[in-house]
Amino acid sequence: MRSDIAVDPAEPAGSAEPSERPGTAPSSGPPAEPEPGPAAVSRRRARARRAWGRGGLVLLLVVLSVPFVFPTWWMATSSLKPMSEILRAVPTIWPQDPSLAAYQDVFALQPFAQQYWNSLYIAAVVTAGTMLVSAMAGYAFARIRFPGANALFLLVLAGLLVPSEVTIVPLFRIVNTLGLIDTHWPLVVIPILGAPSVLATFIMRQFFLGLPGELEDAGRVDGLGRWGIFWHIAFPLSRSALAAVAIFTFLKSWNLYLEPVVYLSTKESFTLPQALTQYVDAYGGPMWNVQLAATTLTVLPVLAVFLVAQKQFVQGLAQTGIKG
Amino acid sequence: MSTVAARRSSVAARRDWAVGYTMVAPVVLGAVVFVVVPLVMVAWYSLHEWNVLAGTFTFVGGENYARMAADPGLRDALLASLWFSIGLVVLNISLALVLAVLLDQRLPGTTTFRTFFFSPVIVSLVAWTIVWSFLLQPEGGINGFLAQVGVAGPNWLRGEATAMIALIVVQVFKNVGLNMILFLAALQGVPEELHEAARLDGAGAWRRFRSITLPLISPTILLVSIITVVGSLEVFAQIDVLTGGGPGSSTTVLVYYLFQQAFRFNEFGYASAISVLLFVIVLALTLLQWQSRRRWVFHEV
Repeated sequence: MRSDIAVDPAEPAGSAEPSERPGTAPSSGPPAEPEPGPAAVSRRRARARRAWGRGGLVLLLVVLSVPFVFPTWWMATSSLKPMSEILRAVPTIWPQDPSLAAYQDVFALQPFAQQYWNSLYIAAVVTAGTMLVSAMAGYAFARIRFPGANALFLLVLAGLLVPSEVTIVPLFRIVNTLGLIDTHWPLVVIPILGAPSVLATFIMRQFFLGLPGELEDAGRVDGLGRWGIFWHIAFPLSRSALAAVAIFTFLKSWNLYLEPVVYLSTKESFTLPQALTQYVDAYGGPMWNVQLAATTLTVLPVLAVFLVAQKQFVQGLAQTGIKG
Repeated sequence: MSTVAARRSSVAARRDWAVGYTMVAPVVLGAVVFVVVPLVMVAWYSLHEWNVLAGTFTFVGGENYARMAADPGLRDALLASLWFSIGLVVLNISLALVLAVLLDQRLPGTTTFRTFFFSPVIVSLVAWTIVWSFLLQPEGGINGFLAQVGVAGPNWLRGEATAMIALIVVQVFKNVGLNMILFLAALQGVPEELHEAARLDGAGAWRRFRSITLPLISPTILLVSIITVVGSLEVFAQIDVLTGGGPGSSTTVLVYYLFQQAFRFNEFGYASAISVLLFVIVLALTLLQWQSRRRWVFHEV
C-alpha cells in the first residue's frame, strides 16, 4: 500500500499545471502535436502514462471507498429483507422481496419512538447547555482579568486528563445516592458541567482570545456592561466556534454508550445506542433485520444533516480531534 | 478628583471580577464535583474491599493493588489493550496517510471521496458496530462474498486472532477519516517551492515524499498517533457489541475489564484500583502529547 503513494513519478505532487487539470484525465487523449518529432513523441508518451497513472489512482480511491460506504448500503438494504433472505449463502445486493415489516417490528418490540425522543432531547439539552456554559466560561477566562483566573482555568483543564471511564464508579455511587438511577439527570448534568465540557470551554476561550479588544471598547462606549458585551457582541461573534462545539457535543451525547448502560435500567428510559442492542429473539440471538431497521432509522437523519452541512462538520470535528 | 476616579474604577473592577466568577462558576463547580471529587473518591475506594452485593466496605490498604499485580485477568486485559492500541495506531495512521496523500493529488471526484471516507466518523458508533457485526457473521455478507470467489471465510468473531483483527479494522474504518483530515491539512501546509526545487534536482515522487513531506508533517503524525492511542484505550461500546470481550478473554481490554469487575461482579473496590491504573496510563500519554505539542508549535515557527 505504501508504494501506491509513488504511483506516478512524473506527477508533480499537488502542483498540476493549468493544462493538466483533472478534466483531462484518462479518457481524453493528449492533444495532437503538429510535428511529431522524437521529443514530442516521448513527451506524449509521458503524458499518456501520467493519465493512466491518474486513472489508476482514481480506481484505487474507488476500491478504498468500499469499506466506508458499503456497510451503510448493506444496512439500509438488509433492513428491507425478510429474515429468510437476510443471512444467505449467496448475498443479494438488492432485496428480492423488499418489505417494511422489520420497521413495524422496531416499534412493536420496544418503545422505540420514546427511546428516539430520549436520545434527541438529551442531546439537544446537553448541546444547548454546553454551548452556553462553555461560551460564558471561555469568555471570562479569555477577556476578564480576575484574581485566580489562571488557577481556576488549570483546575478546569484537569478534566481533559480524566477519561470518563476512570470516574464511572464514584459517579455511579453519587448518582445512586441521590436516587437518580434510571433517570436522565446524570446523562444531562454531568456532560454539561463535567469533564466532557472542558474541551468546549477550551475551544471557546481560544476563540475569545483572538477577539479584537476594540469591539468591546465600542460596546462599552455604547453603555453596555460586561453581560451586555458578552450577550450582544462576543456571543454572536463566536458563531463559528459555537458551531464546532455544537457539532461535537451533539454527536458525543447522541453516541454515548457506557453511561446509559450504567445508569439506565428500563426500556422506556433507554437511549438509542443502548436500545439498538436489545432486539434479540427468545434465545438471545439478534433479530438482524429489525436491528438493522432500527439502526437505519438512527443513522440516516444524522447522515443527511452531515451531507448538507459537510463543511462545518469536517472543520468542526477536525478542529477538536474528537473521537467516538 | 483622582481618588474618586480611582475608587470608581476599582469598584468597576470588582464588579467585573464578580461577573468573571459568575461566568466561570458552572464549569469550576462542575470540575470540582464531577472530576476532582470523583478522582479522590476512586483513589479512596481503591484502598477498600467493597462488594456491593455482599455489602462489605472495609479498609484493606494496598491489597487491591497487590491483587492487581498477581491477577492474570488484568495482565491479559493489559495485553489486549496493548495489541489493540498498536494495531489500531499502525493501521489507522498508515491508512489515514495514504488517503490524505491520494486526496491531495487533485484527482477528479476528490470531494466525493473525502465525503465517503469521512462519513463513518459521524455515524453512531454502536450503529456502525452493529452493521459490521452483521457483516462478520459466519453466514454474513463478507463470508457470502468470499464464497462467491471460492474462499471459505472463518467465523471472524469466534476466533481469538480474527476477533481482535476485526475489532481493530472496524474501528479504523470508523475513525480514520478524522486523522485523514488532520493529515490533509498538514500536507497542504508543506511549501510548494520545496517540492519544485527537489523536482528540479531530479527527485522522484517517492523520494520527495520521504525526504520532504514526511519530515515536515512528522510532528502532526506524532500528535495524531498519541491522540489515537489515548482514544484507543477508551474503547468500550465496540467490544460490548462486537465480541463481548471474547472469545475467552481475548478482546477484554482494560476498560472492559474495569466495567466487568464493577458492574458484572460488583467488585467496586477492585474496579476502583483498575480505574487508578487507567488514569495513570492516560495521564502519562497525555503529558507526552503536551510535550510533543510544544515541540510541534516550535517546529512551525
